[in-house]
Amino acid sequence: MARSLITLPERVTRGQSFTVRTLLQHPMESGFRVGADGRVLPRDIVRRFRCLYDGELVVEVELFPAVAANPFFEFSVRAVDSGTLLFEWEGDQGFRHREQRALSVA
Amino acid sequence: MKVPRPLERRRLLAAACAVLWLRPAQATPEALADALREYTGGAPLREGRVRLDIAPLVDNGNTVPVSVSVPGVSPEQVQALALFSERNPRSDVLRVVFGPRAGERVLTTRMRLATSQQLVAVARLADGGHWAQRVDVVVTLSACLE
Repeated sequence: MARSLITLPERVTRGQSFTVRTLLQHPMESGFRVGADGRVLPRDIVRRFRCLYDGELVVEVELFPAVAANPFFEFSVRAVDSGTLLFEWEGDQGFRHREQRALSVA
Repeated sequence: MKVPRPLERRRLLAAACAVLWLRPAQATPEALADALREYTGGAPLREGRVRLDIAPLVDNGNTVPVSVSVPGVSPEQVQALALFSERNPRSDVLRVVFGPRAGERVLTTRMRLATSQQLVAVARLADGGHWAQRVDVVVTLSACLE
């Protein structure tokens, strides 16, 4: 099970934008490196990251091997109503990780 | 002193050539131009509007903070952002699509840099226009891609 770290403000004001940071534990093996046995290490990257706010899209990111290990994203969300933020990561070799956070809008 | 026999020298030369030839795959400026053309769908790419923030001198290419934003353009006007590299094994770095709940159009992440090169950030606006900024970075320690 992958681990992730998500930072968002405790309380936000309606109509304002706020910053969310996400960090996922993942090697992001590029598929270009050669291992100790001389073989190319198979690619194992996170290919897609998505953030949904009450089912509506905030951002969707398509990742390539050039994204560093433990992919980190910082982006901005527009506060509309109290609800949940859903974070989804999908990648090679059936990788899948989901997290949810409650958001309170004042 | 022993003089190297011709066969040995030939082998040595062949080995040296093989090492040079087996360098890791690398994107080229042409591959970058192709990737940009593919992303814009052949539409013209103009300079400006989008901003790419990255340190001009990078000590360690394994994890380099980079930020793409579109200052001075109202957020609803910006549909998508993308980042491309000139000399990483692949030209693509990442592509971002903004949904109805996105706030400011900015994305910060950390990337790998295989060597000193040019990076290109592209913004796609609602009117169909594509804007770019190109930044040159110098890398002292490359990301281990080999």
